[in-house]
Amino acid sequence: MMKRDQCFRALARHVSDEIVVATYSSAVDWLALGERALNYFSVGAMGLDSSHALGLALGRPDKRIICLQGDGSLLMNLGCLVTIAAAAPNNLVHMVVQNGTYEANGSHPIPNTKVEFAAMARAAGYAHVHEFSELANFEQQAAHVLKQDGPVFATLHVERSKPLTYDYANLYDPARRAALKAALRAT
Amino acid sequence: MDADLLTEGDDTIELKGSSIIAAIKASGVEFILSVPDIVTSGGLLRPISRDPAFKLIRVCKEDECIGIASGLSYCDKRALTLIQYTGFLDSINAIRGVAVEYRQPICMMIGLLGHDPSTTPRNSPRYGVRIIEPILDAMGIPHHLINEDADVAKIHPAIEHAYTTSHPVALLIGRRPSAS
Repeated sequence: MMKRDQCFRALARHVSDEIVVATYSSAVDWLALGERALNYFSVGAMGLDSSHALGLALGRPDKRIICLQGDGSLLMNLGCLVTIAAAAPNNLVHMVVQNGTYEANGSHPIPNTKVEFAAMARAAGYAHVHEFSELANFEQQAAHVLKQDGPVFATLHVERSKPLTYDYANLYDPARRAALKAALRAT
Repeated sequence: MDADLLTEGDDTIELKGSSIIAAIKASGVEFILSVPDIVTSGGLLRPISRDPAFKLIRVCKEDECIGIASGLSYCDKRALTLIQYTGFLDSINAIRGVAVEYRQPICMMIGLLGHDPSTTPRNSPRYGVRIIEPILDAMGIPHHLINEDADVAKIHPAIEHAYTTSHPVALLIGRRPSAS
């Protein structure tokens, strides 16, 4: 089983000018790897990260969008799989980090920890679907996954992480939103 | 009479779908995000679905629209969320978080299913319709009733204001727009 921060470090080696959408624990671990203007953390309601990512993908077809969504978050917005597959943005990579818990809300389990998100994404009509549970395999495949024509879906099976500190004031600082918008206008 | 049962033939006051669509276009809206609503189905959604000037994104649940519109707004793309009031009620938390607290220009066109257009939404025979304007007021979201052709002139300035001030707005469709 992988760890989320290990996966993100592997992913970050291949990320340059992509827009990365993340919330809660994923946002904390992604931000720990470094500040960048093209991070999109200001999503406002759990479950909508994938919908924000779809909006970005539709609005900026010239850029690639990476959505790092938690499993609890995706469960709140399962219909997005069908919406995204139908809209079919070829620049969207949708990763769900599956640790089986609502980690930011006390680490209670999700209703069914064995739920198969990759199967759902495949059935919904994503162009490419992957599942990773071994870090070496993910490290080897990450660059390929990020370059595929989307919508691409990948489940990252990870352990529960160590307790995180959620500095929401920092994560959702309006200055970040302004910096993102400015960065998008500049590129 | 239950307004659900009103047909275009019963209703002598006009609200032309084509006028509303023209106002949406004039507002620079490129994306329509929608779950079908019987109030706006024939007069708005169907012609929009055939209009190459729009990119129609059909979503599974209305709160998806709020996220998608927010993402688009970061790309300086304008979107209109076309939903029924029930979908608005279902999306309250998304609207609270994304549109209000994060001050995003989320423009919603909301069909008031079951509303009697001869009265105001606050006096609607439908409980669900009666609570819409008070909820919008409590959330600080400006709203405009589009009940007849003369009201269509409110649409362009309302959307323009939403985008220039980065603030949500609700356009309440009080009767079924005609398909012409």
